[in-house]
Amino acid sequence: MALPLHTRGTVAGHGASALYKVLSLAEALRQDFPLPRAMIDLRELDGVDLSALVAIGAGAILDKDGSLASPLPTLHSLTMPAVVAPGDVVRVHPSGQVNVLYRRGANANTLFATERCNSQCLMCSQPPREEDDSWRIGEMIDLLQLIDRDLPVLGITGGEPCLLGDGLVEILRTAKQYLPNTVLHVLTNGRLFADRAFVRSFDQSAGQVVWAVPVYADNATDHDYVVQADGAFNETVNGLHNLAERDHRIEIRCVLHRQTVHRLQELVEFLYWNLPFAEHVALMGLEPMGYARSNRDKLWIDPIEYADTLSQAAAYLWRRGITVSIYNIPLCLLPDQARPFARQSISDWKNVFVPECQSCTLREACCGFFRSAGDGWRSKGIQAIESKAIA
Amino acid sequence: MNEQRAIQAASSTGNYGQLPFRFMRLDTGQVLVTSEAGDFHVLDPSTFAAFARREPLADGNTLRGLEAKHLLYKTSPETAVRLLATKLRTRKSFLRGGPSLHIFVVTLGCDHGCHYCQVSRRLHSAGRYDMSLETAAAAVDRLFDSPSPHLTVEFQGGEPLLAFPVIRRIVELIQARNVQECRQIVFSITSTLHHLTDEILEFMRIHDFQVSTSLDGPADLHDANRPLPGGSAHELTVQGLQRARQALGDESVSALTTLTRRSLERPKEIVDQYVRLGFRSIFLRPLSPYGFANKSERRLGYAVEDYLRFYKTALSHILEINRSGYLIEEAYAKILLSSILTPFPTPYVDLRSPVGSGFGTLVYNYDGGVYASDEGRMLKEVGNDTLRLGSVTDDFQTLMRSPAMELLAASGLAETLPGCSDCAFVPYCGPDPAGSLSRHGDPVGHRAESEHCQRHMGLFRILFNHLAEGDPATLGIFEDWVHGVPSVAKAA
Ligand code: SF4
Ligand code: SF4
Repeated sequence: MALPLHTRGTVAGHGASALYKVLSLAEALRQDFPLPRAMIDLRELDGVDLSALVAIGAGAILDKDGSLASPLPTLHSLTMPAVVAPGDVVRVHPSGQVNVLYRRGANANTLFATERCNSQCLMCSQPPREEDDSWRIGEMIDLLQLIDRDLPVLGITGGEPCLLGDGLVEILRTAKQYLPNTVLHVLTNGRLFADRAFVRSFDQSAGQVVWAVPVYADNATDHDYVVQADGAFNETVNGLHNLAERDHRIEIRCVLHRQTVHRLQELVEFLYWNLPFAEHVALMGLEPMGYARSNRDKLWIDPIEYADTLSQAAAYLWRRGITVSIYNIPLCLLPDQARPFARQSISDWKNVFVPECQSCTLREACCGFFRSAGDGWRSKGIQAIESKAIA
Repeated sequence: MNEQRAIQAASSTGNYGQLPFRFMRLDTGQVLVTSEAGDFHVLDPSTFAAFARREPLADGNTLRGLEAKHLLYKTSPETAVRLLATKLRTRKSFLRGGPSLHIFVVTLGCDHGCHYCQVSRRLHSAGRYDMSLETAAAAVDRLFDSPSPHLTVEFQGGEPLLAFPVIRRIVELIQARNVQECRQIVFSITSTLHHLTDEILEFMRIHDFQVSTSLDGPADLHDANRPLPGGSAHELTVQGLQRARQALGDESVSALTTLTRRSLERPKEIVDQYVRLGFRSIFLRPLSPYGFANKSERRLGYAVEDYLRFYKTALSHILEINRSGYLIEEAYAKILLSSILTPFPTPYVDLRSPVGSGFGTLVYNYDGGVYASDEGRMLKEVGNDTLRLGSVTDDFQTLMRSPAMELLAASGLAETLPGCSDCAFVPYCGPDPAGSLSRHGDPVGHRAESEHCQRHMGLFRILFNHLAEGDPATLGIFEDWVHGVPSVAKAA
């Protein structure tokens, strides 16, 4: 069972909600992070001189059961102690609510930029809300300063991150300052990049950011329908060219469902001819969340029905030197030759397996399922694979 | 969770505007439509008729296909035009670096007596027709004047190995200079391989030479084409081939086929001989109509239709061999298919628009003359110096602004030439000013009488018929030729 990203505990001495980097005492003393932002994990450590912690300016302590009488703000008695570990960044609310905003060692860490969006994709797993959440800009800028410097990849998602405008420029500038070696993987619909001036404001991030932009069809009619926004296809395609002209790194994504698979081969041909600068193409199974659930009947198609098309489309790109990945499709649904493209793409905390998987030899390499996938999303083709068939 | 607004239906599929297109009827009865940038779509005749008249298209998928290929647009053309412009710029990007293929004709000397010889040959005559070291040094300066970051240095003759000391000197000069220039340089040589020595092989190995030899097919055919006083040319070539492969590796040694009238009766045997000798590539190019070949054309030459008939049979045979498991490409098809099936520029200088002559290739003749192409040099040998740019001692600017280059610039853009400008194949083709000059006395020429046009028209039709028929095995083989054979387990 994957670890959730929040838990509750008891707080003492906290005023407003606060952001902390949870650290062992030893790591805190290395001062890679400012001590006032550190929450020192004393759950496994006895006999620490608490007044000395005050003296060096530590921010807070994390205690097992509240037995330590500390003048510092204290969080203790976590309902699920394992949810918080050294290296994590947590937001602690006065109510005792604890949110893990960054988890050391997780297979994916993501900043949530905004709930707002300028599209309304049929299968959006994170339906947008029209609400001013620009406070997130400050939160992200604070958070970036507490993230491990050796993190290889950090995701930024939404909503549509570009709606933060200059706020996004600021966030990426902060990331460049504090995490210069981290690749920033930004999920965006790319529509606002149709404006060349906006693209130029990201010049300093070229090379560090991979803009991961969905293209759902080789033509405007189908793409605009999927994203429920007229003109979106033209904006996105122009945006991608504007980014490429400024030497930005680009990934193309396509979510596979009934409205996109019927021209999948044509889509990859379009990508090769018109967006050959893309360094990576991700072909992704549907996440049954948000709008995808309410639009199930429009979207659902059993992956085994399109597995051969998918396999050919992936091979087409690969033959032409474009790196290609298949996300969120269990290996047993893919033909042998497509399996090398499949990745374990589902974040730890969303990931489950089904009973068949127990006897499956591919279990270790398989992405499994989204926790949110109920019976209505089950493929006819799920079956344990007996002999090792992966290339 | 908040409510999603009502889903909007996809917009209706009726109205559209056309973008520039060219078309051609194929033997299958279908119509090939190509875009300004070389995207193509094959339509059945009635759909094409509707499209040409801008009438509504019944089939939504056809409409989408034509939209994706930038042959029509739905709401406004701006995005399509931008993508077409980018693709066109990419396709023509070979222009950016200037001439990249530099041919050094180090000697005219040769010991063969080939009836069809394309080159003005002088029987081996003790260095009289060899390039002097001063000329060689000046030619190397011109080579580095070219701004191209990639340079191919090709040695031709005559039989270039008869002037090996000149080759050695040129390579040494280039390597010394390149320490600072840091260009990416490939050396290649076209030779009978009859004069290989261990010393020459070692030299070629050190400098990574690409070696190309002539192999016309079965021994009797090769020997009939290439009479060698007192010996079998075929036998000597096969011996040279084996030595070269041993020293340089199979990958570095290729062969060109010269097709005479005799050859045209034996397509399968020629292909089979290449397979027997272990080649993975064969280039079935017809006899060039230039230079001395012109005079003997009546005896050795043949009509384009005869060549195309031969080519079609040979290509089918090659496809058959590939299907049965031996991988061998036909290089001409590979070149044309790479233009048709990818959006990228062709590396092949002989079929470019603007023309490869001068813009992609420079030829340094043994006597110090600089030509726009190999053919230009052959024209000069028959007394026509129209394509002579100047001398190796002239500076690069002067050469590139010579009347010969102006002539090529004015007549070398296929998209503007009568015939070509309306041709569906023009995105993949190129003009032939040198051929037109030699045959008709003017660089534009008339397509209906042009061997170059009829040949390429025919080749494109053969290939597009295959593409339109869509046999999966054939398409798979074409894909291997264009993109290389995929190696296993590299996907991850
Ligand atoms: S049975 Fe389970 S583990 Fe095996 S391939 Fe299918 S989904 Fe993956
Ligand atoms: S030379 Fe002939 S085949 Fe080539 S573009 Fe011109 S008209 Fe077409």
